[in-house]
Amino acid sequence: MFGLEAKDFRLLLLVTLLTMAAPFILNPFPVDSGMAQFNAGYPDLMQRFVIFGIFAIGFNILFGLTGYLSFGHAAFLGVGSYAAMWMMKLLTMNVIPGIVVSVIVAGIFSLAVGWISLRRSGIYFSILTLAFAQMSYSLAYSVLTPITGGETGLQPKVTDPRILDAALTGNAPKANLFGLEMGSSTELAMGGWVFTFNVGYYVAAVVMIFAFYMSIRIFRSPFGMMLRAVKSNQQRLNYTGLNAKPYTLAAFVISGMYAGLAGGLMVAMDTQVGAERMFWTASGEVVLMSILGGVGTLIGPVLGAGAIKYMENILSKINKDILYEWFAFMPDGLQDFVITLVYPFIGKGWHLTLGLIFMAVVIFLPGGLVEGGQRVAALFKRKKPSDNTPDGKTTPAE
Amino acid sequence: MEAIILQVLNGLDKGSAYALIALGLTLIFGTLGVVNFAHGALFMIGAFCAVTLSRIISLSHEVVDETQTDFLGNPLKVDVPYVYDWFGQATGDAIIDWAVPLSIIFAIPVMVSIGVLMERGLIKHFYKRPHADQILVTFGLAIVLQEIIKYYYGANPIPTPAPSAFKGSFDFGAMMGFDPNVIIYPYWRIIYFGFAAVIIGAVFAFLQFTTFGMVVRAGMADRETVQLLGINIDRRFTLMFGIAAAVAGLAGVMYTPINSPNYHMGMDFLVLSFVVVVVGGMGSLPGAVAAGFLLGILESFASMREVLDVLPGLNQIIIYLVAIIILLTRPRGLMGRKGVMED
Amino acid sequence: MGILDVKGVGKRFGGLQALGDVNLSVAENSVHAIIGPNGAGKSTLLNCLVGKLIPDTGSVMFDGQSVLGRKPYEINQMGISRVFQTPEIFGDLTVMENMLIPCFAKRDGAFTPNAFAAMRKDGEMFDRASHMLEEMNMADKRHMHAASLSRGDKRRLEIGMCLSQEPRLLLLDEPTAGMARADTNNTIDLLKQIKDDRDITIAIIEHDMHVVFSLAERITVLAQGTPLVEDTPDKIKGHPKVREAYLGESQDAA
Ligand SMILES: Nc1ncnc2c1ncn2[C@@H]1O[C@H](COP(=O)(O)OP(=O)(O)OP(=O)(O)O)[C@@H](O)[C@H]1O
Ligand SMILES: [Mg+2]
Repeated sequence: MFGLEAKDFRLLLLVTLLTMAAPFILNPFPVDSGMAQFNAGYPDLMQRFVIFGIFAIGFNILFGLTGYLSFGHAAFLGVGSYAAMWMMKLLTMNVIPGIVVSVIVAGIFSLAVGWISLRRSGIYFSILTLAFAQMSYSLAYSVLTPITGGETGLQPKVTDPRILDAALTGNAPKANLFGLEMGSSTELAMGGWVFTFNVGYYVAAVVMIFAFYMSIRIFRSPFGMMLRAVKSNQQRLNYTGLNAKPYTLAAFVISGMYAGLAGGLMVAMDTQVGAERMFWTASGEVVLMSILGGVGTLIGPVLGAGAIKYMENILSKINKDILYEWFAFMPDGLQDFVITLVYPFIGKGWHLTLGLIFMAVVIFLPGGLVEGGQRVAALFKRKKPSDNTPDGKTTPAE
Repeated sequence: MEAIILQVLNGLDKGSAYALIALGLTLIFGTLGVVNFAHGALFMIGAFCAVTLSRIISLSHEVVDETQTDFLGNPLKVDVPYVYDWFGQATGDAIIDWAVPLSIIFAIPVMVSIGVLMERGLIKHFYKRPHADQILVTFGLAIVLQEIIKYYYGANPIPTPAPSAFKGSFDFGAMMGFDPNVIIYPYWRIIYFGFAAVIIGAVFAFLQFTTFGMVVRAGMADRETVQLLGINIDRRFTLMFGIAAAVAGLAGVMYTPINSPNYHMGMDFLVLSFVVVVVGGMGSLPGAVAAGFLLGILESFASMREVLDVLPGLNQIIIYLVAIIILLTRPRGLMGRKGVMED
Repeated sequence: MGILDVKGVGKRFGGLQALGDVNLSVAENSVHAIIGPNGAGKSTLLNCLVGKLIPDTGSVMFDGQSVLGRKPYEINQMGISRVFQTPEIFGDLTVMENMLIPCFAKRDGAFTPNAFAAMRKDGEMFDRASHMLEEMNMADKRHMHAASLSRGDKRRLEIGMCLSQEPRLLLLDEPTAGMARADTNNTIDLLKQIKDDRDITIAIIEHDMHVVFSLAERITVLAQGTPLVEDTPDKIKGHPKVREAYLGESQDAA
């Protein structure tokens, strides 16, 4: 189907079903229950899941396949965001031109950065990408203020020209898809549960499924194999008559375009942009996502993005009062003790948990969550040894 | 002329910090071959050693002072630091005032232990793994360390002043025969520069003139041969990691009066110090030091109004720009050895 | 005029003159062995042929075209494939993928942006790679990771990868180094068969004289970066200069 192997097609189908049903799946707890704060099925967060999923899928095409570790991909995301924003200011609040242009602009920018950075490999490449990204960030903050809005960033204004839209009559401009507003949602109440279906989320989800499909195609193409060969042994590749440079550059540009797409979608969902989204820690975050989920695997980056965004938005909201509620069944002394133990790792301390998990993954589970899943699955079906290796890093498993 | 001197001076303190961090990074990279993204965190921990010590020595207990009353007419309760009890008020005050320099003594054992612990507990297991894995795991460690500090010390910068004797500035211009008040320079910055120079000198002297240092240098150049001679190079390398951690930590301790420490100062410096190391040439100690000062001074020149009028925003990007140009024209950096990290 | 003509090639590393004034001509469809003591400059000479090093002086012509100044992948596309002294394969990829890559390189050239082509539908490539694996007696290992192969298998795989490109000149750098006797004999048989089956020129560097005299039609003896003699195996065997260069250096020659 769609030029995919049965196994890959099943994976694509699964991802499609899960993303389409996400408003249900992510809201498993009734609204009034104590567990409701673990519900992640609200539009804002669901949008972030799929957008960062796209970002990580693209990053994985570069890092996962070729092994080139970029520390500057947030710059492409930021450039994509600015481009989309300008489309909204100049042309129309319809998100399509913005998203298309964000991909193109990010592609051109990553072509320039990649062309220069790929002259070096290893840590030199990482530092070059980092330097370019930090430069972009600093310039966006300072000199480029006329284009980027500097510290305040950019938002669509009523007075923007928007030559394709009819004149706005004092309304705040809203992003839409042919009139369908990104922010609009329908709610479905069933018993104690409430499910929210948001237009923006479904637009982003469809884009992500397409992006995921493209990445499967790339992984399974001769081109994808050459990229893995770049990572494995560049010397052999050169002496086998293949020019590694255009392959890596193409991977760099493709992943830059994915980042731009994610940036464009961000603007489509939440019509504002600031330079901080280009800061190097944002580039570091996508590295964390890919590694956590399973670098070089198809689904890993999406899982990693989901895990980190879930922690950032859910784990971080748990405060001491909630902990006291949970551990109320314990005797007082023990309750305090347990809470003292747990508290540093949640709420504002979620970064600590993230850092520890990340270190554990790098040390013990180089294949990330995907490898973890495979190992657990292998435990359950010992009798039937599967013929593909459990090493998620080297074979692009699902 | 005055302007040039002023900018050079301004660049020196930042350059000193860059140079010290880059020196430590290079020591680790050169000896152990490990790219340590947690090095900035060591700088930050050093700074928090100073915070901790100044808190410890100002620990106090409440005493009821019968001679004074508060606004309700009750006897006033005053906090009396323990150091007053032990050393008397005058000495006690001096000790509190000199908390930052005193922290040097406190920080050295702490930092060396942290470094040794880090090497034995974590880094050791990554010698044979790819550089990307080393970067990733130490990046994770950096996050963990900075979050721990954030948990205990909060997210806000904690002002940690220099001893009052070093507050204020020094009219450098007047001394050099220029107009007064043209080149004024805070005392503490002079101290910082001097301190950095001493540390750098000490590290070089240590490597150059002690047997230990000679073995380490030989090991940096050719690990296998040194091991074949029956020398336990690993133990020495572990200690070098401790020393590198101490260098970063001391840089942090002394930096506290210049910039109030916060939990993310390590990350802020890390990125720049990596750029410095790469510009200097991976694995070259003199390169790291030279590049540190060079970039610090360049950065301060780029912040001159005259320059910014012509090239706005240059101060923000100069370091990165220089790094890109150097990496493209001199792939091994200013003084890098051949074949380092080029696989 | 051979298929490969090396004229006056010299290469210096700092103070070391690794190659002096090397002249060498390899006749088409012959097996030409290059022998010499350790450090004679044999690998350096190969490096100059495949674009890994650029010689300081001299010229290297392959089939009437200059090789110098071209990138390794361009030289390979001209028809020169090289087997390295330590096996260079794609360790993270499967044996089948290892074999597919040179097949694609041969058919599609140095770069093809076929990012959305479904590889598994490319029957032609799979047939060719499978066929080559069978010829190398490795068909049963096709799903294994190349890194987990034995040393001998890695070498066979590398030779197979080079052959699947149908090169006109195959360069082998000590293909039997570190092999057990049985493996060495297998390799000799393999190379003989390769030679009999197709039009191919082979230049081989080898320390093992058994291998050299089983295969070579001509032999060049290199010592300290300069060719001492070039002749047929029979003449080389008893040549006084060769004994002089070798005696005490290597038992094989004695
Ligand atoms: N890249 C290089 N830089 C410096 N010296 C080199 C380099 N490559 C080779 N040499 C030196 O050049 C000389 C010839 O080396 P080469 O590898 O060509 O010898 P060889 O004949 O292949 O030896 P062996 O039989 O051991 O493989 C040696 O002394 C070697 O140390
Ligand atoms: Mg050799």
